[in-house]
Amino acid sequence: MSASSDVGYHAQRQARWHYGEAVFWLVVLACGFLFPSRYLIMTDILRLALFAISLDLILGYAGIVSLGHAAFFGVGAYAAGLLALHGIINEPVLALIAAGLAAMVLGFATSFLVIRGVDLTRLMVTLGIALLLEALAERFSNITGGTDGLQGIEMQPILGEIPFDMFGKAGFFYSLAVLFVLFLLARRIVHSPFGLSLRAIKNNPLRAAAIGIPVNRRLVAIYTLAAFYAGIAGALFTQTTAIASLDVFAFDRSADLMLVLVIGGTGYLYGGLIGAVIFRMLQEVFSTITPQYWQFWIGLVLVVIVLVGRQRLHYGVLFLPNLLIKQIAGRKAVVTVPESDA
Amino acid sequence: MSIRIDPVSMTSILTNLFDGVAYGMLLFVIACGLAVTLGLMNFVNLAHGAFAMAGGYVCMLLVNQHGWPFFAALPLAFVSSAVIGIVLERTLYRHLYARSHLDQVLFTIGLAFMSVAAVDYIQGSSRVFINLPAALQGQFDVFGVGIGRYRLMIIVICGLLTIGLQMVLAKTRFGSRLRAAVDDPRAASGLGINVPQVFAFTFAFGCGLAGLGGALSAEILGLDPYFPLKFMIYFLIVVTVGGSSSITGPFLASLLLGIGDVAGKYYVPKMGPFVIYTMMIVILIWRPNGLFGRTAAR
Repeated sequence: MSASSDVGYHAQRQARWHYGEAVFWLVVLACGFLFPSRYLIMTDILRLALFAISLDLILGYAGIVSLGHAAFFGVGAYAAGLLALHGIINEPVLALIAAGLAAMVLGFATSFLVIRGVDLTRLMVTLGIALLLEALAERFSNITGGTDGLQGIEMQPILGEIPFDMFGKAGFFYSLAVLFVLFLLARRIVHSPFGLSLRAIKNNPLRAAAIGIPVNRRLVAIYTLAAFYAGIAGALFTQTTAIASLDVFAFDRSADLMLVLVIGGTGYLYGGLIGAVIFRMLQEVFSTITPQYWQFWIGLVLVVIVLVGRQRLHYGVLFLPNLLIKQIAGRKAVVTVPESDA
Repeated sequence: MSIRIDPVSMTSILTNLFDGVAYGMLLFVIACGLAVTLGLMNFVNLAHGAFAMAGGYVCMLLVNQHGWPFFAALPLAFVSSAVIGIVLERTLYRHLYARSHLDQVLFTIGLAFMSVAAVDYIQGSSRVFINLPAALQGQFDVFGVGIGRYRLMIIVICGLLTIGLQMVLAKTRFGSRLRAAVDDPRAASGLGINVPQVFAFTFAFGCGLAGLGGALSAEILGLDPYFPLKFMIYFLIVVTVGGSSSITGPFLASLLLGIGDVAGKYYVPKMGPFVIYTMMIVILIWRPNGLFGRTAAR
């Protein structure tokens, strides 16, 4: 087998749907019916998962470290809030897309700033953009409501049919549908030649450029797309909670997001989903032990994860399931340790 | 035709300039440790503000609760932060020098979060003040320009420190060792310089300076448990904008930032921090290695 067909074979093999993935999504769907009293927190997890997928696209696949991803989340959140508040676009799905596009425009505009320079400059620029937007939102408080946030948002029924209920049931299934559709899109993109070229750029930009990949254009494209995803996540936040306040831009949000992705692992899309579940659970546990100081434990988790080593940690966690799969099904593990990142 | 200068606005400009210089000097003392770790050792330390906070709280406890004189507590703020710094460097930080930037960011954000929650737990979340001696309070007029005594003291202390640092770096044996270790660690260790030791000492000294700066800044920046996160961006701006080739770069950047921030808040209060962030982004786009930086060697 020649080298190029070998690569193609493996790429296609990886892109194929596995049973494990189908089971995963069925479990998620089943949760919607099994825990009817927990819609609010489950919706929260879905939102966070979508946000994490957005960061995974640029961090796990393109290797761009961002400390200000909340910027796009915030723009999406405020866009959705303003659209609903002033009745410009009443239908939630359309408003969602419009909010995503608003974040996307910002992502496109700022991508040119971000792709310049090395890691450190990127960190500073992304962080700076998020802080800038927070300052702007505070400055134009007549539009954004300042520290009080946008209040009195009335959401219209989804597609004109399904109203949002107070238990959050409609919100949950709406978020799940959005997450699933966007996940399919992301999955398709990262397994396409475009996605493979992103990985090449991450591993070695110079070499990627040498084999003819337009590095900067690819980075702009994926950054813009990630901004769209983050905008949608922000819009979902506003639509399901009917509130948008200044803290959508907060640094903590971007830092927490990093933690989500680090817990779940980068570079295989499911990391964001798994990380979001574990992160919210950890947060619940910590805030029941010490309501005021849960941040300490979150910090400790971060420190420990880094000291132990992310690779080693994921290998350890996946060791048992992979062994079982190997023994029972007699083939290679379904979930592999994600490749090294950043 | 003569240009008429309103004497009132002139003195307010001078007072603002003076406050800005004091603010900038303070930022420099806190951030110059970061300039070494981030700029020279290429380690992203987002927890640097935590060392400043530690120094500030030590000083506050000594002065307010044990009745130490302010000037005796300042050196102790330095020492305690330096000790915390060297312990953390030897036990945790040194494992991360060779790791990716992402790992360093995650690790230091974790540390910053822990320090915030820990101080909140021990001392409560409200802002604390250090009881200043009467000699440092109030202000006096020089040709109508209001000069705060405390700010004047900061300028004197920080100015002396800056000159001292520059002398140490340029004239002493340790300074040349540090510069050699930074320029080429391998060649330096080949010449018999104990590079890890030089780095550890520098790291501790930087943390100590941050602690001293934290103690001095309680009056001006405000000291509360969220200090490390609130001012993180300022310290990073100083280093990234100033570049890392010498200490004059970060020094000028701190002065610029201090004056810009004070003037911005005074003259265009509505735009608030907006000015600073825009300035930073523009400068980083224009010169990714900092205003006064050289092109990165590595």
